Amino acid sequence: MEPFTTLTGVAAPLLRPNIDTDLIIPKQFLKTLVRSGLGRNLFHEIRYDAAGAELSDFVLNREPYRRASILLAGPNFGCGSSREHAPWALKDFGIRAILAPSFADIFYTNCFANGLLPVQLPMEAIEALAAAAGPLTVDLAAQEVRSGGLCYAFEIEPARKAVLLEGLDEIKRTEANLADITRYEAHRRSEAPWLEIRNH
Amino acid sequence: MSPRTLYDKIWDEHMVAVRSDGSSLLYIDRHLVHEVTSPQAFEGLREAGRPLRRPNAILSVADHNVPTIDREKGIADETCRLQVEALEANVKAYGVPYLPLLDDRQGIVHVVGPEQGFTLPGTTIVCGDSHTSTHGAFGALAFGIGTSEVEHVMATQTLPQRKSKNLRVRFEGALPPGLGAKDLALALIGRIGTAGGTGHVMEFTGAAVRALSMEGRMTLCNMSIEGGARSGLVAPDETTFAYLQGRAMAPQDALWDQALAHWRTLVSDEDAAFETDVVLDVSALAPQVTWGTSPQWVTDIAGRVPDPERVASEDDRQAMRRALDYMDLKPGTPIADIPLQAVFIGSCTNGRIEDLREAAAVARGRKVAAGLRALVVPGSGLVKRQAEAEGLDRIFLEAGFEWRQPGCSMCLGMNDDRLDEGVRCASTSNRNFEGRQGRGSRTHLVSPGMAAAAAVTGHFTDVRRLMGI
Repeated sequence: MEPFTTLTGVAAPLLRPNIDTDLIIPKQFLKTLVRSGLGRNLFHEIRYDAAGAELSDFVLNREPYRRASILLAGPNFGCGSSREHAPWALKDFGIRAILAPSFADIFYTNCFANGLLPVQLPMEAIEALAAAAGPLTVDLAAQEVRSGGLCYAFEIEPARKAVLLEGLDEIKRTEANLADITRYEAHRRSEAPWLEIRNH
Repeated sequence: MSPRTLYDKIWDEHMVAVRSDGSSLLYIDRHLVHEVTSPQAFEGLREAGRPLRRPNAILSVADHNVPTIDREKGIADETCRLQVEALEANVKAYGVPYLPLLDDRQGIVHVVGPEQGFTLPGTTIVCGDSHTSTHGAFGALAFGIGTSEVEHVMATQTLPQRKSKNLRVRFEGALPPGLGAKDLALALIGRIGTAGGTGHVMEFTGAAVRALSMEGRMTLCNMSIEGGARSGLVAPDETTFAYLQGRAMAPQDALWDQALAHWRTLVSDEDAAFETDVVLDVSALAPQVTWGTSPQWVTDIAGRVPDPERVASEDDRQAMRRALDYMDLKPGTPIADIPLQAVFIGSCTNGRIEDLREAAAVARGRKVAAGLRALVVPGSGLVKRQAEAEGLDRIFLEAGFEWRQPGCSMCLGMNDDRLDEGVRCASTSNRNFEGRQGRGSRTHLVSPGMAAAAAVTGHFTDVRRLMGI
């Protein structure tokens, strides 16, 4: 996976609370068999009209936000459906970091599997960064967000930070524990034999 | 050992390793797989040349984008068909157990798992679907995951996890007649908000929960994700054991006795610590109806659409204004005066036999209101067969409802079961998000009885009035 170190770019403000994954990528685009190509459908229902023409008041249809690599959002971003198509669509559009006061659990985890950085900052900080409207820098190693004279520190769990900084493959990491898994399975078979499924 | 919650116990029992970075590797007992969130996971395995570690720990079925009408003729929509065909090819290549589309056991993954006895107390269960929380009704730690995690489980039968906090919900008092688990769930989410349970596992306790059937408990746990909690839990009891005994994939004979002895230990210890406690008195609860575009925006049948201008925070005011604009509702409108054009009865929340019985009891001898379209979609082929054996299909058809084949259907409209722009629907599903049931459609979440009452009167009506309660 592509590592995430420092990112400087345009930050698009979409400050609504509770932006759900249905809004990020609607159901009709979940029929794909691949991970790529969803960027054009990101926020489809609020980005295009029913005929498919761009809605001029939507932030990602305006300059300079068409080139946004950072999203500023309200609390509980990514709630609802577990669809990983949401981070796939954001990434395919070019978004690599999302700054919000809080994230839904499943979406938050899905970001790390795709090299996306979700940054938790208080709403006042998000609003100040949106008002500053200048280029924004997200520095993961330093755990800082900077824009003009503004600078905010953020928290992130060390294990998750390492996954992004080094672009680690989670499955490969877990394979280092294969002996533990095999031992656990043998133990379970003797302690809880009713768990073996016989009637498929 | 210090007192532990039910969640703590299941967690401890599934710990494979604590890694040097502080994260834990949790063993996964059961994995449910469907057509929408699995193709990229199978592809990932294939590209890396990795085997699938335990094909027998998986149960797979197509549910999200299957047609609910004329299924015997195949899937007309090409993209839907390709996805189902991809699932069929993948499960064949990897030797994964699969319930075919025309099999009676096919249905919504969260209806099928419990029905087959695949879902068992004390297990860890995952699925690439947020409503996996449903299975917590059995005292299983069950949660929705993304496709990368689906691949991770296929390859290693484990997941790197961080421990959640414990949240206890105590429903005090007895639920009044005519109300059910859906009302409990909506009232709770109205209280704590859609992010209220974020970072937590919710355990549901109290007399009102003990009194619920397994199906009611599934409805309640199903909605815990709408309150922000990836998992909901109900400690298993005699109701649970009676439901499971004799199910196709449940243990039998000596293994059943052994399992039962273990399952009886699956309760939170008396002095176990919960980080958060929520108490809700339900003895005076009235049927719940959502009015907005988030499940937290809910009131009861006697309520009115709220006024955003009375809300303190500017952010909340704006969000509510936007919701009312989308829903085309004016502040102060009585809920009972809201007219409907569609009704959907089904989904992993309310597509089980008791849900259909509840709706049929209201529909019996009545007619669907003029100009209203009403759909009944059983949660599985077995639910459909049972309903037909009881004559529920005749009741629905005579009342003017459509009687369909099982699937996720209009809960999210991945198949052809979608609402047109501007259409207002009373739905027994779980999400009233913008565009959820079709672009520009308007969803109100209710119980099956309330949905049927809305169907036969054309507007929201207190189901208790129609039932003579």
